[in-house]
Amino acid sequence: MSTRWLYLLPLATLGIVAGFFAWSLTSDRNPASIGSALVGRPAPTLNAAPLREGETAVTDASLRGRPVVVNFFASWCAPCQLEHPILMRLAEREGATVVGIAYKNKPADALAFLKRLGDPYKHAGLDPDGKIAIDWGLSGVPETYVIDARGIVRLHFRGPISERDVKDSILPALKAGS
Amino acid sequence: MRRRALLAAAAALAAPAALATEPSEILTDPALEVRARAIGRTLRCVVCQNQAIDDSTAEVARDMRRAVRERLVAGDSDPAVYAFMVARYGDYVLLKPPFKAGTWALWLGAPAVLAVAAVALFVAARRRARSPAPAAPVLSDAERQRVASLLASGRDPAPER
Repeated sequence: MSTRWLYLLPLATLGIVAGFFAWSLTSDRNPASIGSALVGRPAPTLNAAPLREGETAVTDASLRGRPVVVNFFASWCAPCQLEHPILMRLAEREGATVVGIAYKNKPADALAFLKRLGDPYKHAGLDPDGKIAIDWGLSGVPETYVIDARGIVRLHFRGPISERDVKDSILPALKAGS
Repeated sequence: MRRRALLAAAAALAAPAALATEPSEILTDPALEVRARAIGRTLRCVVCQNQAIDDSTAEVARDMRRAVRERLVAGDSDPAVYAFMVARYGDYVLLKPPFKAGTWALWLGAPAVLAVAAVALFVAARRRARSPAPAAPVLSDAERQRVASLLASGRDPAPER
């Protein structure tokens, strides 16, 4: 029996490694993405003190009955500022119900942020110590969820949403979820 | 009460690896604190790629440590605490991946390669032991004469084809 084929083993190993590298470099795979465990499951319970004075707490009842967009934001977060015009358009032009949660943000700062850039939120709540965030599987701000009329999480974006996200995913999900 | 505080301090000292846990986070019940540390060492901080929440000073890691302690104080078992975190952050949050359909190659791949190599080595060694050593080559008469003439002439041999 000839064992000459064994000499090809190092070359084959190189081929496998090079193939993996080529796939890693060319595919859309993002190794930093941690995905979401919530998509397809009921949204975690929500009970947040109101951001705006005189309003009631933001609760599960604020989310039910129609598809909603839930957005965690903070005035100190630069990417939140970046995505803010997109949330404004989503609420004003597309008529989406957007719920905002101010993450580790002083109410005065969050209100000033909304006064400066516009307020897209039908309901706005506070998460002063990040407890709601952990319950919602948050890793940072901004993060955005789409929840259908029955309270099932349909989409979860970590990081700022883009126009493309709105066109390709959020609007179709809102339409499908009603 | 004083005894409890001492025990809590002892529990804190017993886990020197937990560098990031702040004194204000430590539970007064030392048994719960020990369980919280054990869980904290096996949960991954979700913004630091490969660091346990017990080792990370990231804010979200601190919030996760607090959530673990809240669940323990509420009476959750250790598996219930892990389930709570996995439901929110997925298997990613576990530093030790669970053994299931998607990960069996990860768990069994390296041992399988090792086993194949061991079997191949064993087979090769046995084959070598069984086959007789090749007999020393014997020169023909013509070759013997040529060697003798070359040695006598003292010249380098012309390459033979």
